Amino acid sequence: MFTEVRRGVVFTVLLMLMTGGGYHVLLWGIGQTMFREQAEGSLIYRIDGTVLGSRLIARQFSEPRYFHPRPSAVDYNAAATGGSNYGPSNRDFLKAVRERRDAIMREDGVTAGRIPSEMVTMSGSGMDPDIPPAAAEVQVARVARARGVSVERVQALIRAHTAPPALGFLGRARVNVLELNLALDETFASAQALP
Amino acid sequence: MWLLTFAIVTLQKWLPLNPDGIGNMDPTLAFNTISSFVTNTNLQHYSGETGLSYLSQMAVITFLQFVTAATGVAACIAIIRGLGGNRLQTLGNFYVDVTRATVRLFLPLAVLVAVILMWQGTPMTFHGAARATTVEGAAQTIARGGVAPEVAIKQLGTNGGGYFGPNSAHPYENPTPISNFVETWCITVIPMAMVWTLGAMVRRRGLAVMVFLTMLALYLPMVAFGVAQDARGNPAISAMGIDQSTGSMEGKEVRFGSGMSALWSVATTVTSNGSVNAMQDSLTPLGGLMPMMGMWLNNIFGGVGVGFINMLIFIIVAVFVAGMMIGRTPEFLGKKVEAKEMKLASLALLWHPLAILVGAAIACYVWATTAHPDAALAWLHNPGPHGFSEMLYEFSSAAANNGYGFEGLGDNTPFWNISCGLVMLLSRYIPIIAPLGLAGILGAKPAAPETAGSLRAETATFGFTLWAVVVILGLLMFMPVAVLGPIAEYLAMR
Repeated sequence: MFTEVRRGVVFTVLLMLMTGGGYHVLLWGIGQTMFREQAEGSLIYRIDGTVLGSRLIARQFSEPRYFHPRPSAVDYNAAATGGSNYGPSNRDFLKAVRERRDAIMREDGVTAGRIPSEMVTMSGSGMDPDIPPAAAEVQVARVARARGVSVERVQALIRAHTAPPALGFLGRARVNVLELNLALDETFASAQALP
Repeated sequence: MWLLTFAIVTLQKWLPLNPDGIGNMDPTLAFNTISSFVTNTNLQHYSGETGLSYLSQMAVITFLQFVTAATGVAACIAIIRGLGGNRLQTLGNFYVDVTRATVRLFLPLAVLVAVILMWQGTPMTFHGAARATTVEGAAQTIARGGVAPEVAIKQLGTNGGGYFGPNSAHPYENPTPISNFVETWCITVIPMAMVWTLGAMVRRRGLAVMVFLTMLALYLPMVAFGVAQDARGNPAISAMGIDQSTGSMEGKEVRFGSGMSALWSVATTVTSNGSVNAMQDSLTPLGGLMPMMGMWLNNIFGGVGVGFINMLIFIIVAVFVAGMMIGRTPEFLGKKVEAKEMKLASLALLWHPLAILVGAAIACYVWATTAHPDAALAWLHNPGPHGFSEMLYEFSSAAANNGYGFEGLGDNTPFWNISCGLVMLLSRYIPIIAPLGLAGILGAKPAAPETAGSLRAETATFGFTLWAVVVILGLLMFMPVAVLGPIAEYLAMR
């Protein structure tokens, strides 16, 4: 009986050291040497070294001169992520969707039929870094106006930042909102100074 | 094992590797959490990034995810030995089987998968949360940690308990369509392989082909139906004139779209994995019914090891039914199936609906007899039939050792922590112990030589019988609750 218990305890501790310790240290080593940037969270730094954000994590953009990300159920809080968990028939949910639709129609001056459902629904993580190209297209006129540049130049920027489906067939075309907005600031730096 | 891990999470505040200063876990929540991971369920009533320190994530969550998966494989191998053996004395050594499954199967595969995930962008760092100042000047705290190793074994071991609250919907857990492809592969690969393990161990490839095709014949229609339902979108949103050409997107991520999310939802529930890449609560009504059916059956590919044991039970029952129909003594692999075996099989079979239906009924009763339940209990995030679905899903998930919920349910309360904790423990061990007993009895019996009169389990006829037994016995019991929940919601929304 005693040897049976001791065997069980030794077995548990050894397995815990192996799978709960050694395994992590090995992968940490691989991550730090081969994929250092990704292992630290795909962070984007400013020139002064401060962190601007992560290319994988959505953040709030509310000014008209930036492209807006999808709505977030957790208000873009990347330390407590989550979705809305609204069922499809929930009245509160449908009311919120209607309000978001009206807000976009007002701000971007488009008809409801042009708004992709991604922009009125919340993502599962609340951290979706991407929008579909159609959702960027809806916002083009507003961004161009706010920056005082032509619609065509902004559209060209969207095309340059549209990632095709992976390997040609996995997933869909998508635009990373943070990268697109950083490219906007870079390309139209002079326009920013205008009122 | 249970006590040690319980101690770590309830004392994590004072233990090392806690850069974000996360507090200790409340004991009822810890009871639920540890039961959940010890049973390979991975139902989470907490949210990883706010509830667990790095040490707890590594030494408790990841460790248990390895061990429980290996235990499932070991149990399954022992049962197959019993079925294939002839006058066996024992069913093998548990320690040897668990160690082999961990060292030779799970560790190498997990390392490979974790490296691919890191390449795609999943973090692996011991640094605390990153503090960012966004372009518009707001502060943003970005939780990270040792995500890649945890996600890899979570997917492979049909564990499903994610590093972050939203699981593989979180961009750090599942950064790209490629990582999504790899993670979906991980969900099904070992459960599918177990079928062929049976074929190889009892030296009957034909049997494996029959079982595999029967499982596919159950699985593929569910995937097709679920994907089609969510691709049609939410009729209430279409009615607002919004472009829904890409399907229902509430709770889903742009990088996966509605199709890859619906595929995952079915794969993850039939295998009792329970990880998600979209919020199940926000699936369309019939799209959400598919994952529920997956958990009710709980035997198509099934959890690592354990799900396949469930299928064996159905095979024994199908053998019995077929034997009765043709008027012969039922036998499987040359072993006579008699009253004692059937009793054990029925016990294992009936426990599952019992736990789910009685559990959901008690929850409904508590809800219905409490005055002002919305204020007093505040469980339900959604009104009407969808609220019923939330409670039903939670018990299905606990009983199927699946682990994902309709997360709108306010489940971190003593009622849910304790009731689901009990269901998980019982539903993990009854369906393992009963079949182990059954295999022990069968293994001790002499194998009779096959004759022209024997029931052939390799044939298409038997495959169809098995399919019908699974659908009739496994699903029909749940028909009334399906009508009350998802089907009622669907009809109301049309």
